Amino acid sequence: MPRSITPFLWLLFSAGGTVAALLFPIHILLTGLAVPLGWVNAPSYESVLGLVRNPVARLYLFVFVSLPLFHWAHRFRYTLYDGLQVKHLTALIVVFCYGTALAGTVMAAYLLWTIP
Amino acid sequence: MSAEAHYTPYHPRWYRRRVSVWWWLQNRAYAGFVLRELTSVFVAFFAGVTLWQLRTLAQGPDAYARFLACLGTPLFVALHAVAFLFVLFHSITWFNLAPKAVVVRLSGKRVPDWVVVGLNYAAWLVLSGAVAWIMLRGR
Repeated sequence: MPRSITPFLWLLFSAGGTVAALLFPIHILLTGLAVPLGWVNAPSYESVLGLVRNPVARLYLFVFVSLPLFHWAHRFRYTLYDGLQVKHLTALIVVFCYGTALAGTVMAAYLLWTIP
Repeated sequence: MSAEAHYTPYHPRWYRRRVSVWWWLQNRAYAGFVLRELTSVFVAFFAGVTLWQLRTLAQGPDAYARFLACLGTPLFVALHAVAFLFVLFHSITWFNLAPKAVVVRLSGKRVPDWVVVGLNYAAWLVLSGAVAWIMLRGR
């Protein structure tokens, strides 16, 4: 990993950590628990689609998916180093972690761009 | 230690104890550290669920209904319950560390740590309320 890119990756880690800390608990609570368990009524397909059609909501969702994925990539990379003591697999781990985050980012951009 | 010992009489091999992969279970602080790092796995999991939701949303009402049905299965409810607890742990540790990561100065004076932490929790409350209101209104 070139040294010059490290501060940039740390910035993505930090920004993603903040986005996840502020927004993920409420989203998991609503989408993952409250709606499936029937605590609240599920918003209809049309209303969710209408919400996602809003340009601000698209930007929000892009940031919501992409930055936390880079947060995960950075943190998980070092967890693998320290936890499993696999420093000799550095290149593989780097490609896997940041590659996954990049793929998720591209997929989010594509989906948000193509949703009618 | 690796089996092949490269040493000569004048360069003895250092004695190093092999550290177990479970080193972090020996101490509360270490366990807390590793659990905190593992919160990122649940962050990535939910980012993936959101991508899945967007994909089914693009595919149409039937696909979206199947997505909602899948989230209602015991497996996903359990996964989300665990993910919620881990992400909550992430939020709390993240906010509490914020003043150590970013030192805020106002007219030359350092803003006290508790103010920075308090502002983070306040922003968390306001944003959570806003998200809940936007997602649950007009159904």
